[in-house]
Amino acid sequence: MAEAERAAAPGVRDARAVRAVREAVVRARWGVRAYGFIAAMWVRSTMAYRTSFVLMVVGNLVTTLLDFLAIVIMFTHIDELGGFTLPEVAFLYATSSAAFGLADLLLGSFDRIGSRVRDGTVDTLLVRPVPVLAQVAADRFALRRVGRLLQAVLLLGWSVTALDLDWTPGRLLLVPVMVVSGAAIFGAVYVLGGAFQFWAQDAAEVQNSFTYGGTTMLQYPPTVFARELLRGVTFVVPLAFVNWLPALHVLGHDDPLRLPGWVDFASPAVAALCCVVAGLVWRAGLRGYQSTGS
Amino acid sequence: MGESGAESRTDGDATGGGTGVGAGRETGRETYGPTGGGAEVCVEAVGLEKVFQVRRRTGVLRRERREVRAVDGIDFTVARGEMVGFIGPNGAGKSTTIKMLTGILTPSGGRLRVAGIDPARERTRLTRRIGVVFGQRTTLWWDLPLRDSYALVRRIYRIPGERYRANLDRCVELLDLGELLDVPVRQLSLGQRMRADIAAALLHDPEVLYLDEPTIGLDVISKAQVRDFLRDLNAERGTTVLLTTHDLTDIEQLCERVIVIDHGRLMYDGALAGLHEVGESERTLVVDLERELPPIEGVPGARTVRTEGPRQWLAFPASASAAPIVARIAADHPLVDLSLREPDIEDVIARMYAQQRRPAAG
Repeated sequence: MAEAERAAAPGVRDARAVRAVREAVVRARWGVRAYGFIAAMWVRSTMAYRTSFVLMVVGNLVTTLLDFLAIVIMFTHIDELGGFTLPEVAFLYATSSAAFGLADLLLGSFDRIGSRVRDGTVDTLLVRPVPVLAQVAADRFALRRVGRLLQAVLLLGWSVTALDLDWTPGRLLLVPVMVVSGAAIFGAVYVLGGAFQFWAQDAAEVQNSFTYGGTTMLQYPPTVFARELLRGVTFVVPLAFVNWLPALHVLGHDDPLRLPGWVDFASPAVAALCCVVAGLVWRAGLRGYQSTGS
Repeated sequence: MGESGAESRTDGDATGGGTGVGAGRETGRETYGPTGGGAEVCVEAVGLEKVFQVRRRTGVLRRERREVRAVDGIDFTVARGEMVGFIGPNGAGKSTTIKMLTGILTPSGGRLRVAGIDPARERTRLTRRIGVVFGQRTTLWWDLPLRDSYALVRRIYRIPGERYRANLDRCVELLDLGELLDVPVRQLSLGQRMRADIAAALLHDPEVLYLDEPTIGLDVISKAQVRDFLRDLNAERGTTVLLTTHDLTDIEQLCERVIVIDHGRLMYDGALAGLHEVGESERTLVVDLERELPPIEGVPGARTVRTEGPRQWLAFPASASAAPIVARIAADHPLVDLSLREPDIEDVIARMYAQQRRPAAG
């Protein structure tokens, strides 16, 4: 009897693991769906003021384009920046902006979690049958943030045509992979920043320095930065995987850190790892949530 | 459900009387406890505890860790269809208790079941069975019109279309929300918002409705409207209602049973009437005499507590009848008018706290 039980145990454990995974998948799918309809409701409500929305998007687009104009002006005085030509810098700028723009569009609302913890409105999220992560992300979904993404796509289109490169299928494929992985890495930083706000309610600024600060840094060639900084963003906060490392491969530049060649393709794996870590920290933060007085 | 009910009975008996004030505890057990009507247990708390770790800065880098026992071993059961009021001073542990009952906070100790579910472990599953209204903050979407908020609630809880429409129509009618449906939540007045929030919490037909300070800051008419609605809901649908409040009129008009919590402990659990006995509360008879007279004396069971011109105030135990006292005064004094004041429950509770502390201090 005892032996039979022991023999059955691994099977039972497997079944339990399978069920846990299945439940997690069901939960994630439900979370994404809920995110979808909450975000859709926000979009519909902003569309009530259509003119204002269009102006906001155009405004966003123009401001971000002016940002790139500064780089163009810089190139009227120089031919190369850290060994990179204007189309090459444009490529870095566009991929970084696209990754960040995508993450910002989908998860930009995470900044607000700190104030929600402070005033105790996280409570209202906890009593609804939708994962809190999805609710926080979809809260006040602002489609106007699409402006940055638009600019990035326009710039990417220009740089791809302007670059004097042999666009092999491998290189071409690396571009969307880079953008999606990069968005996932930035997204993980958003979630991680949000999770830390359960403990320190004003951690938003630290997170902003990684997201906004990170994307600005990644818009420039890695060669203009100090080696220590490059190591930091490769091994500590893996922002280098957003666009630098894969872009170096696409553009055929040498890696200033002389890392093995395969790291240029490691972005999806790094992004997945970041998401897992962010998910676990988020869960721990939510568990430790102590609510407010009343 | 039946099994857990039986289990609770033994648990309840074993711990019964451990925390509450003796007399009140008895009333609670006899009238409303699970041993009473044999009704289905809906909420069950045994030795419920919540300890907060509070970190305080004592120096530049030094931090002191301190434990705050917000809820310190509470036992109670609520049968299906009951309406129970939680009262107690600020920081007594009422809201913390409600938050544990809704799964927002994880208890530090003890056992908790709501509709057969452990709230902390299966919070998401529980959310479909309960409705929550926070008096201080809305669960609706601030910038969305009410109609859109409700549409979202429908999708979030996956409420079938027909049931959703029936529930919404009912709430709109009874809570008078018709003209508010196209107004963004942020533009609603406090009373309107509260009614809107209550409707939102009921669209998915919850078995248990929690209300944290549902009438706080409302005007008299809004309060009456909310109370009428809750009473009907409880009577017609049999929804179990748990509410915390500062407004004792809420309790008087809604709840047959009241649970008093202070310093994280259960002080009283039973009928509102019993609270008066426990608190040794007094009623006041205000008499207007023809002219200014010396304080009335010699009325058995009553004593004059105040005089002001021809008006005098007499206090007597809340459990005693006013009739013989009035008769006695009318016989000896030139009586013009009189009125009777019911005891203020806040005083009753305050007195009860004082009683509790007295033996502890001595």
